[in-house]
Amino acid sequence: MHFSIQNILFLLVAIAGFGLFAWQARKIRANILVGRDRDMSGNVSERLNKTLLVAFGQSKMFKRLTPAFLHLIVYVGFLVINVEVIEIMVDGIFGTHRFLQFLGPVYDALMATNEILGALVIVAVVAFWWRRNRKPPVRRFQGPELRMWPKLDANIILYVEVILMAALFTMNTADLKLHQLRGADMPGTFPISSLLVGLFPTSETALHVLERVGWWAHIVGILCFLNYLPSSKHFHIIMAFPNVYYSRLVPQGQFSNVESITHEVKAMMDPSYEVPAPATAPDGSALAPTPFGAKDVNDLAWTNLLNAYSCTECGRCTSVCPANITGKLLSPRKIIMDTRDRMEEKYNSPLIFSPNLYGQEAKHESQEVLDKENHTLLRGYVTPEELWACTTCNACVEACPVNINPLESIVEMRRFLVLEESAAPNSLNVMFSNIENNGAPWAFSPSDRFNWADDLFVADKEAVTA
Amino acid sequence: MADLAAQGETPEILFWVGCAGAFDDRYKRVTRAFVRILEHVGVKYAVLGMEESCTGDPAKRAGNEFLFQMQAMQNITTLNGYGIKKVVTACPHCFNTIKNEYPALGGEYEVIHHSTFLQQLINDGRVKIEGGESYKGRRITFHDSCYLGRSNNIYEAPRAVLEALDADLVEMKRSKANGLCCGAGGAQMWKEPEPGKKDVNIERTEEALATLDGNAAALDNLYGVESGNAGATPAPKANAQSSIIAVGCPFCMTMMSDGVKNKERENNVQVFDLAELVASAEGLNA
Ligand code: SF4
Ligand code: SF4
Repeated sequence: MHFSIQNILFLLVAIAGFGLFAWQARKIRANILVGRDRDMSGNVSERLNKTLLVAFGQSKMFKRLTPAFLHLIVYVGFLVINVEVIEIMVDGIFGTHRFLQFLGPVYDALMATNEILGALVIVAVVAFWWRRNRKPPVRRFQGPELRMWPKLDANIILYVEVILMAALFTMNTADLKLHQLRGADMPGTFPISSLLVGLFPTSETALHVLERVGWWAHIVGILCFLNYLPSSKHFHIIMAFPNVYYSRLVPQGQFSNVESITHEVKAMMDPSYEVPAPATAPDGSALAPTPFGAKDVNDLAWTNLLNAYSCTECGRCTSVCPANITGKLLSPRKIIMDTRDRMEEKYNSPLIFSPNLYGQEAKHESQEVLDKENHTLLRGYVTPEELWACTTCNACVEACPVNINPLESIVEMRRFLVLEESAAPNSLNVMFSNIENNGAPWAFSPSDRFNWADDLFVADKEAVTA
Repeated sequence: MADLAAQGETPEILFWVGCAGAFDDRYKRVTRAFVRILEHVGVKYAVLGMEESCTGDPAKRAGNEFLFQMQAMQNITTLNGYGIKKVVTACPHCFNTIKNEYPALGGEYEVIHHSTFLQQLINDGRVKIEGGESYKGRRITFHDSCYLGRSNNIYEAPRAVLEALDADLVEMKRSKANGLCCGAGGAQMWKEPEPGKKDVNIERTEEALATLDGNAAALDNLYGVESGNAGATPAPKANAQSSIIAVGCPFCMTMMSDGVKNKERENNVQVFDLAELVASAEGLNA
């Protein structure tokens, strides 16, 4: 142990880094909790199972093999390199050097895996960068919602990952060469760094400096990256887990039944039905009535808001959306990104800076049709035209690798349009009144309901009914 | 149903016809085909007739929760009044709504889609698929309905029915969980599509036709086809015998038929419901 000023410095940096992150995380938590309450308790084993499969096991990624494979490298690399981060933390605080070396052969294997994964991560990241920045990029990385900040963000993540890996290799290579010059034995096996030693200087001081630079760059880089996450789509590396845990367990076709309407309808059908008293504030005063459906982010359930912070902006949802494929304005990814951006505009921007709100104009190609007076999620960000294009096909829900459900938010906003604003397209209003008057969405008389049996060969109508 | 109840009897199943099955001229043929199958196997069934009303599905998907619940409660009152336990329907939208959304409102039934029901009849040997039209060697592709497939995970039953026909079953690249919507769900059936490049049913029909024709070039031009699990492109078919797009949903039926007409392929591509295929294979055509 060489306890020195470096260790105190490191401790301060680490405390600042984690403290800042905790501060940001609290704000995001508060943002999510402005959503409507929804009971997600119970079914623990089923939920854990899902989390294991979809979040840890990345089962939904494998619908597309190339990105699944590249992503797997970066993901496993991230997990394994974290072990080294633990070592760095301990070394940093207690002034030890390569504290995990007591693991012996396990340490050798660990370091070797680490280096090979590190090199593979660089390869994967280059491939990712190319997929996004070639002309034209992969289709799902286009689209108006992916301009400006989201586009930059995606590239920043890739650059930072390369820098972090480079720092790691600098540290290992310098350390290795230092040991070689001194004729000492270095714990661990370093397949990549041993290839690089030739490129490094032979002065001991220079090597020592390089080793320290690599070490500090790696750990400070990681702490910076940690604090960058809340501003970034890369936040999914944390949020994917709770999001999958709290995802829906019911069949995808099952939409929620609005409970307050159930009471109303029951009371209409049976005058003796007693509608439960509306909830009151803790001081006993009546609460403002909650609107039907969702106009703004706080009308959505907290799970919908959790969704928004888990989105990786990968666009798998949009690329399978039949409306989007055929050129309509709807993009489920945009609905999710709008939700997050609106939360940060209306409530806490959890970030040190607010990049998510930068370049909004570019995202909304249809800015002219956005209603700026109504500065809410609906109309201020999402236009009715987008919402009405949805076929409720659930393809987006099926495609999302982190179990986000854009459809739920779409339906909630449609409910607001219909129930609060009576703003459905005219043809739908015709359909509604047909159902109301004829019991069918088409304008047919209920008395014709049995006409299909007219020319049935089997028997006359009576036989069929009886 | 009222007549049956008057005799103090309850049916084995209630056949929920649905609005399309009752009013749409094309889908009425499916309703009749299914009834012929029921008669043929001698299942004791009943229909509600004029007492049936829209399940409320289109209202709910469009956001009109109030109208949906009015419809739901009314239908639940009718069904419970007759003591119905088991409901069979040919419409995936009715199926999904009654199965998944009615229970919370007091309507608990065993709900079966006709594809599952037909599969059971075939498995039990009650329907033998012989004596009628033969589908041997004809090319058939099945279009998954969103409300049957992704919504309720029913992918195998319709395929099992088609396999029993001994036809040449080919899969579209976007099938099962990756299937592409026909464009009619979510109340789109009752409104004009929003402006875009093309209508959803055209995109889907192009895919179905290219699959049936074995036209690899056309398939490559479609957007959004998943790379990883894409089925092999079938070889082009020289045989002039007409191909079939099989569906299990009234809306898909309308959308795919319109698409085929739009592409002017009615002369050699037909759209049939599973019940129609089974009925004609069984020689039950009137
Ligand atoms: S449910 Fe709506 S938003 Fe989602 S893929 Fe289908 S049409 Fe697109
Ligand atoms: S909602 Fe899911 S599928 Fe869509 S962009 Fe976000 S993470 Fe990707």
